Amino acid sequence: MNDVVVNKVRKGFYLDSVALMRLSRKIAEKEGIREAALMMGTPQNREIMTNAGLLEEAGRAAEGGDLVIAIRAITRETAETALIESESYLDQPMAAGGEGVAWRPRTLRAAVKSMPEANLVLISVPGDFAIAEARKAIRRGLHTMIFSDNVPLEEEAALKREARELGCLVMGPDCGTAIINGTPLAFANSVPRGEIGIVGASGTGTQEVTCLIAQYGGGISQAIGVGGRDLKSEVGGISTLMALDALEADPKTKQVVLISKPPPTEVASRVLERIAACRKPVIICFIGSGELTMPTNAVQVYTLKDAARKSLGLSLDGIENPDSVRIGQARRACVHGLFSGGTLCAEAQVIFRAAGEIVRSNSPVPGASPVNHSGEGHLLLDLGDDQYTLGKPHPMIDPTVRDEMLINSVNDITVGIILVDLVIGYGAHEDPAGHFAKILKANANNDQPIILASVTGTDRDPQNRTDQIAKLKSAGVLVAPTNADAANWAITAIQSRRGEVH
Amino acid sequence: MSESKVKKLLDEPLRVVNIGLEGFATELEQQGVKVIQVDWSPPAGGDTKLANLLSKLGT
Repeated sequence: MNDVVVNKVRKGFYLDSVALMRLSRKIAEKEGIREAALMMGTPQNREIMTNAGLLEEAGRAAEGGDLVIAIRAITRETAETALIESESYLDQPMAAGGEGVAWRPRTLRAAVKSMPEANLVLISVPGDFAIAEARKAIRRGLHTMIFSDNVPLEEEAALKREARELGCLVMGPDCGTAIINGTPLAFANSVPRGEIGIVGASGTGTQEVTCLIAQYGGGISQAIGVGGRDLKSEVGGISTLMALDALEADPKTKQVVLISKPPPTEVASRVLERIAACRKPVIICFIGSGELTMPTNAVQVYTLKDAARKSLGLSLDGIENPDSVRIGQARRACVHGLFSGGTLCAEAQVIFRAAGEIVRSNSPVPGASPVNHSGEGHLLLDLGDDQYTLGKPHPMIDPTVRDEMLINSVNDITVGIILVDLVIGYGAHEDPAGHFAKILKANANNDQPIILASVTGTDRDPQNRTDQIAKLKSAGVLVAPTNADAANWAITAIQSRRGEVH
Repeated sequence: MSESKVKKLLDEPLRVVNIGLEGFATELEQQGVKVIQVDWSPPAGGDTKLANLLSKLGT
């Protein structure tokens, strides 16, 4: 193989990561191009490009604030042509940004001068710079939502300590979902207003719970995201505790729901102590956690579905029974779960474990094994995990990330059921079900596994949940009302095969 | 009290400064939320350490 690699570095040039990924794909699709990446030159991105065999000397010297164009092609001429095309794409927005385009501030300071009534700064620049922008925001008395990830934990802790002193809320880093005063931010869904306030250290967990509350007829007062690491020891739950304070004081909130991975003991104690002093009832879902001693005003639940049901006072035995005629028995013993939502993957694992099934995962909950663990077991994968998304969009933005694994599982003669989640709403792909159905139809075979799905979203979302479900069904997919039900249906079909249920 | 400032956020319509992904600003605008997009580029010539230092100095 005599591929040619060319790099070009644009110093101090920024374009958002979604725009860059689209552009990378456009270039990569051209004839004669093996691979193409347009990325900010952060150390992590340089490592990704190095691993992909895309970096030469010029690219290696890039810094976090530089844009790297890296192309690997079959000939130098093809690579150089693609480089020129990339540059012309990059220059297009600027060419169009002349006359007639609204003025835009170049700094937070200028933005606040132009909009002095601003009350929240939403930050999604590369993680290396996110903390600096957030610090500027809190020092101006502004609350922040930090979508960016790759922020060092000690910097997150220091920022949150300072924000607490200043009375400002920091949602994130790595905060994908929030609904503040009825407004969905980043990856969130359009749900009715109501009396249930959420504190969520998990984006997709918050999405599933808010959407199920809507599905069951309730509504959301606030959904405050805190970032996936807020309850780690180093941070100590600073934003979680501030969010609990705020929801206790919020007259619109009558019921609080807290969603997180299991925190370390000392942080759990601190949070439970605060909850014990709360004047409002609290439902706690530490997904994957064992039983904890709860204060009298709190109830522990073990799945996202139960968190939603309990918050509305509904019974927890409301598992939608699978239509046994439709689902039947799985023809083979193994379930492959291909999840875009990390917490949806965790919820499925919890349900499988509770049913006595053996589970392997790249993000194992307690009781599940790591994916490289030898032996049998169902495979439940979080495809939003770094190992699948490094240098690529999250599968909620770009569902093609799941395609290859889906096709492999469809053709895997050991797989009886494929379990998937589709997450819609703001920020997400415009038609994940349409894409999924297309891939499935193109790769169908007579002996393929049962495909079981759930759709996290509402009919008020831009993609419309009912439409998405219809597209899945048209491709022969069985659609469960919730992620938890999909997991339960899968277990029923597997255990039915073994003659364990009727 | 920190509570009052965060509680105030929950009482008011959101008015957002968006730094980064433009899609977030577009979707907020479509919902009728007041939002201003920053035409951001890496500060301090892309030097993260210097950018952090400058933010601490309030620049």
